[in-house]
Amino acid sequence: MTRLENALLEILKEDCRIPMEKMAVMTGASLEETAAAIQELEEKRIILRYMPLINWDLTDRERVEAMIEVKVTPQRDMGFDAVAKRIYKFDEVKSVYLMSGSYDLLVLVEAPTLKELAAFVSAKLSPLEMVTGTATSFVLKRYKEEGIVFEKEGSDKRLVVSP
Amino acid sequence: MDYERYLNPAIAAVPPSGIRKFFDLASSMQDTISLGVGEPDFKTPYHIRDKAINSLIDGETQYTANRGLQELREEISLYMQERYGVCYDPKTEMIVTIGASEAIDIALRATVAPGDEVLVPEPSYVSYAPGVVFAGGTPKAVVTRESDDFRLQAADLEAAINKRTKALILPYPNNPTGAIMEKADLEKIAEVIRKHRILVISDEIYSELIYDGKEHTAFASLPGMWEYTLTINGFSKAFAMTGWRVGYVCGAEELISVMNKIHQYTIMCAPRQAQVAAAEALRTGRENGYEDVLHMRDSYDRRRRLMVSGFREMGLHCFEPYGAFYVFPSIRNTGMTSDVFCSRLLQEQRVACVPGTAFGPSGEGNIRCSYATGMDKLMTALERIGAFIRKETGK
Repeated sequence: MTRLENALLEILKEDCRIPMEKMAVMTGASLEETAAAIQELEEKRIILRYMPLINWDLTDRERVEAMIEVKVTPQRDMGFDAVAKRIYKFDEVKSVYLMSGSYDLLVLVEAPTLKELAAFVSAKLSPLEMVTGTATSFVLKRYKEEGIVFEKEGSDKRLVVSP
Repeated sequence: MDYERYLNPAIAAVPPSGIRKFFDLASSMQDTISLGVGEPDFKTPYHIRDKAINSLIDGETQYTANRGLQELREEISLYMQERYGVCYDPKTEMIVTIGASEAIDIALRATVAPGDEVLVPEPSYVSYAPGVVFAGGTPKAVVTRESDDFRLQAADLEAAINKRTKALILPYPNNPTGAIMEKADLEKIAEVIRKHRILVISDEIYSELIYDGKEHTAFASLPGMWEYTLTINGFSKAFAMTGWRVGYVCGAEELISVMNKIHQYTIMCAPRQAQVAAAEALRTGRENGYEDVLHMRDSYDRRRRLMVSGFREMGLHCFEPYGAFYVFPSIRNTGMTSDVFCSRLLQEQRVACVPGTAFGPSGEGNIRCSYATGMDKLMTALERIGAFIRKETGK
């Protein structure tokens, strides 16, 4: 990672709509260097996607999320990766992490209704032969994601003008 | 009742800060973006806050030593040595103060006598000249120019020195201009000091906020300058700790001990929790390579570049500020005075800036814009200022 790449990631994680020209100004690099660095970050799959952080709770979309702790039997020669792959292929699965501790994989699942989510666990996830156990916890309320607090935070406490 | 007869005329005659008017105006308006804020937009790093919280939980609510917690003074001593190559004895050569502001006050009161003149580069921070008056002295401005990147010139300094000159206040990196003094610039100043042997009160509160590979040089680190220098610094800017009110002053024991008389009789000590937090800031900084400070500095630097480029695109002359968190663009080509420009900008576009004249008459023609504000707000502010200028100049 170069200093420029680091600086660009710092800028983009705050706001990925900042125009390339402005990013060049802010980092002191030329427009060409900036564009090349961004392309490099994309090609190396360091930047995977530019997407908004949405508070779905404020929309009229019905949506249920759950975190599922999954215990699995690792596959010979493939370890946990093959199991993880088998699980992340499902459309319902948003995220999969290999965890330390009392279970192996943490699976974040999203479905339109509770019923559909339950069906996913009982009909798709649990029957997998390498899955030895699951514990499903439903998300009741989301407070903060990606460092952003969902509730509107208190305003700037600083004096409007100060010496 | 005639209160005037009770007041000290010298103090009553000190004009109120030029910033006040804009504070009142901006406070009364909705949807204002303020570029008038002279403090970081970061919160104090959590581990520093946590240390103070735990100190309260542990019931540490007593006075500290007048000069400050021993642990903090030892950290300051290490910091000054490691970071700037200047040695101060934590026992005898420093006082922990209520922000750098108290340090400036007691430095002036301990040294300035009636009839003494104190040289103050201008434009500069609003408190210096009144502080000299409060101490019974006479402030004398030494004007710095945009053509010199607002760096103090040795020739101007020498021309301002006379037999009444007691001290020079050296405020770099500078508020409001963002100017810095590099080692070579300071060496020229040191030559003048060597020749005329005046005291230097070096306010280095922005020493950590310096950009583009430039480095801060502590004035006291120059050959022969330690004896002449009172080095003032603090935690407000580098560690985003403005509201804690904790700073310090370092210098020769003979000066510090007299300053400490004022400090012990008027202040007793800086608040304990602020000192505990400050010690944590320096200790962890020393251990992790000042990670928090560098992170904030990198963020300021990106915004600094954006602002300078934004003003230049509008057709304003904007010299490159390498320090603090202010840009000081020239608005001369709009034909407006700084005060009119800032008043109308606030009323028409709801962007608050501070006219250069708030920092001395030589600030006329410039405005101070703080970039210690979120990137989204800075970009909107630049758009609004651009629209204002296009409308005013018909371009």
